[in-house]
Amino acid sequence: MPGEATSNNPRIGLFVTCLVDLFRPSVGFAAVGLLQQAGCDVVVPRAQTCCGQPAYNAGDRSDAAAIARQVIAAFAGFDYVVAPSGSCAGMIKHHYPALLADDPAWAPRAAALAERTRELVSFLVDIRGLKAVDAAYAGTATYHDSCSGLRELSVKDQPRQLLATVAGLHLRELPGAEVCCGFGGTFCIKYPDISNRMLEEKSADILATGADTLLAGDLGCLMNMAGKLQRTGNDIHVRHVAEVLAGMCDEPPIGES
Amino acid sequence: MSDSRAQILGAVRSALGRTEPRAAADRATLDRQLAAHPRNLIPARADLPPAERLDLFQHYAEKAASTVERVADMAAVPQAVADYLRRENLPAKLVMAPDPSLDAAPWDSQPLLERRRGKPAPEDQVGLSSMFAAVAETGSLIALSGPDHPSTLNFLPETHIVVLPAARVTGSYEDVWDKLRAQQTDATLPRTVNMITGPSLSGDIEQTLQHGAHGPRRLHILLVGDGSA
Amino acid sequence: MYQPTSSSFRENSRTALADTNLRQAMERGGATFQGKRRLAIDALPEFDRLRDRGRAIKDHVLDHLDYYLETFERNATAAGGQVHWARDAEEARQHVLKICRSVNARTVNKGKTMIAEEIDLNDFLEQHDIAPVETDLGEYIIQLRHERPSHIIAPAVHLTKDQVADTFRATHDHLDPRRPLDEPSSLVAEARAVLRRKYFEAEVGITGANFLVAETGSSIIVTNEGNGDLSQLLPRVHIVLASLEKVVPTLEDASTLLRLLARSATGQEMSVYTTFSTGPRRPGDLDGPEQYHVILLDNGRTSMLGTEFQEMLRCIRCGACMNHCPVYKAVGGHSYGWVYVGPMGAVLTPQFVGIDEAGHLPDASTFCGRCESVCPMHIPLPKLMRKWREQAFAEGRVAGRFRAGLAIWAFFARRPALYQAVTGLQMRLLGALGRRRGRFRRLPMAKGWTTYRDLPAPQGRTFQQQWAARGGAR
Repeated sequence: MPGEATSNNPRIGLFVTCLVDLFRPSVGFAAVGLLQQAGCDVVVPRAQTCCGQPAYNAGDRSDAAAIARQVIAAFAGFDYVVAPSGSCAGMIKHHYPALLADDPAWAPRAAALAERTRELVSFLVDIRGLKAVDAAYAGTATYHDSCSGLRELSVKDQPRQLLATVAGLHLRELPGAEVCCGFGGTFCIKYPDISNRMLEEKSADILATGADTLLAGDLGCLMNMAGKLQRTGNDIHVRHVAEVLAGMCDEPPIGES
Repeated sequence: MSDSRAQILGAVRSALGRTEPRAAADRATLDRQLAAHPRNLIPARADLPPAERLDLFQHYAEKAASTVERVADMAAVPQAVADYLRRENLPAKLVMAPDPSLDAAPWDSQPLLERRRGKPAPEDQVGLSSMFAAVAETGSLIALSGPDHPSTLNFLPETHIVVLPAARVTGSYEDVWDKLRAQQTDATLPRTVNMITGPSLSGDIEQTLQHGAHGPRRLHILLVGDGSA
Repeated sequence: MYQPTSSSFRENSRTALADTNLRQAMERGGATFQGKRRLAIDALPEFDRLRDRGRAIKDHVLDHLDYYLETFERNATAAGGQVHWARDAEEARQHVLKICRSVNARTVNKGKTMIAEEIDLNDFLEQHDIAPVETDLGEYIIQLRHERPSHIIAPAVHLTKDQVADTFRATHDHLDPRRPLDEPSSLVAEARAVLRRKYFEAEVGITGANFLVAETGSSIIVTNEGNGDLSQLLPRVHIVLASLEKVVPTLEDASTLLRLLARSATGQEMSVYTTFSTGPRRPGDLDGPEQYHVILLDNGRTSMLGTEFQEMLRCIRCGACMNHCPVYKAVGGHSYGWVYVGPMGAVLTPQFVGIDEAGHLPDASTFCGRCESVCPMHIPLPKLMRKWREQAFAEGRVAGRFRAGLAIWAFFARRPALYQAVTGLQMRLLGALGRRRGRFRRLPMAKGWTTYRDLPAPQGRTFQQQWAARGGAR
């Protein structure tokens, strides 16, 4: 169970997400930093692995439901559950209730968790009323709207609002920012040729902005885009938006050393 | 093949968990709704006073590549038609709907304008007809088929000239249906009701818009009067 | 039967991806449709409320489909029309043939109809010595090329104008071979002239129906060219091919749906020609068909009613989902291997040809959700694609290697302590291996990924390990 309350601050259960946990823990710490700046107490339940999307989107309902129950149990009792990913937050918020709708014991718990689950940046702006961040970044950035965050959770203006307050950062809009980058979870390895075409088009759009930094709110999309940009010899830096907003860019950008 | 009918309707009912015969009360409710044909949401822009309605009609008609010319009254129509044909370098020869309301215009004032009444033949270049109504919401014309109005006039000639009394311009499609229901003696519609919004168009080649794919290349609307009469 | 090639989706799409003409055509097509739709919708503040209303109309009809079909039939018949019911494609084809033979038809003009594709009507008519002439410009072009539509409203969207010019030169051999055909306008003019002659030859005109109106017994077609009108007005017989779900209650309901259709499809406020056809010509009428037939086709639709796929029956065939789909844009319509393409095709095709044949279609989606976001009927297309995936998974149709990988992953994902121990070791190793460059160019287990892109290396210790080491709150 989550630890004891130590203040009147809202208690946040951080859903780290599997990709952040494994590949880029610095994004998790950036999320913690931002949540603390926004006056939250952050707890990281141990019993979390993944939100279950790989199973759910592969049509494997039973594993997906088992993982959903595990997440629901681990994240009961927080004021909010926050994830640095629109995709995983969307899974918990929209798909857990659908997945467990026929399970009388778990459907209400899924609904309760869904109610309290938010994507990180939209949580900071919409729920915590954060208007500005205390961060600096020297560079011109462009921002890709990851699909789930954009269309399932309406994450669109919030990251732009906060990025506008980062000292030294100039934001240049990405044409077709709302078009999928071709990641799609297992899609990118099941249909690599199609994924590659989508990625080529996304890369071309990114490069056409002339930005030196690419930001987004989902690590899967970021790894996909970084991997392509780097494979094709481009030195644009790729980071999760939380790293820039938290002023935590000490670690090398994604895919760099 | 009535077998198929029974099977399909049976499949529909069993899929919907419904038994036949449908409960009389249920059917009566649906019948009532159908007879009442309630209006759904209608865009606010369709709801305008007459003068602005005409402007809106003209705006959307022109947006759809129709040309609109305002003329004072029916007396001015023959001259306007002759002038238009001259401007467009078209022959002074047309086929027109055998429509009594068109006959009221002083065609004799244009002796050089050759006119034939009836349905169009393949070689007819210019057609002229009036419209039952028009819809300001999208600049659409409404043509009804009938003894006075061959529908092919709307499609065969390369140039279609329309005489539209301003009073016939309504706000929305729904206004047209009400007007149409009021004049029909039975529940059915004329054989063909055409809503026409601009000249014929194709985007099938590289999505470039080309007029005159099959129907008219030009749609010229003579908007007659200001609708106040 | 239109033999599907959906099971070759992977191969089809590889061929398509290598086709530079296709890429050029699809980029132009997608951008045009998207931009115009946006402008049209921004100009109508009520659009979203109209969508809600449109969905409600369709849901109501589907819940009372028997009533509205019977009402349509009664009113169409009262207006002098004839209604024929067809359980499947073969029955629909036989209805058409019987009607054609009753007037000794040699030539049939066709307005654009996807139902005719669904029942593979052209091949069938040709086999029975009846020549079908496609009159929609796009359909005409692909008929000359012996192709199938690659888009439900823009059948030749996959072609460039140079390809069309080549096709016209090769087939319109009565014309001067040196004539200029560089501009779309000259291509359109040539097609107009050629087709004009054909309109007057046909004994029968066949169109589809965008809607059927129960209240009046009318069928509605929505076109821009006017070909559907000439096709139904000039011949003696007009046959309408319509599937069951096309029926709507009233003219008012049709009006609401019309406000959604053109804006979603081509971004027009209204298509050029919206035509309501009711029965045959009346006494005294100067033109119009002497006979009016409506063929009501089921072809599996009743088996979608009452299931989770019922929502798909709201589809009004606007094509917005494919116009906004990045997968469709990449692979083009022909890769889908059957009549319906893009996201709506990925949901519908397995229904018609089976999940065995068409399993790739619902699988090949990133679930980016753009299709659902632009669907005027609020059809949850990703959800319905996922339903097919669930069915394929439940029936054991998922490839063994993928299934095994998923099972191993799920085994660990369901055991957090074990998962963290194992991934902690893996990431430390992988992090150490990748530290120098920060990424991997090649990795034995990740070929699907590294064929086209580098794999960023993990930072090393997992978040969970670092959080534990810092004594962070649990």
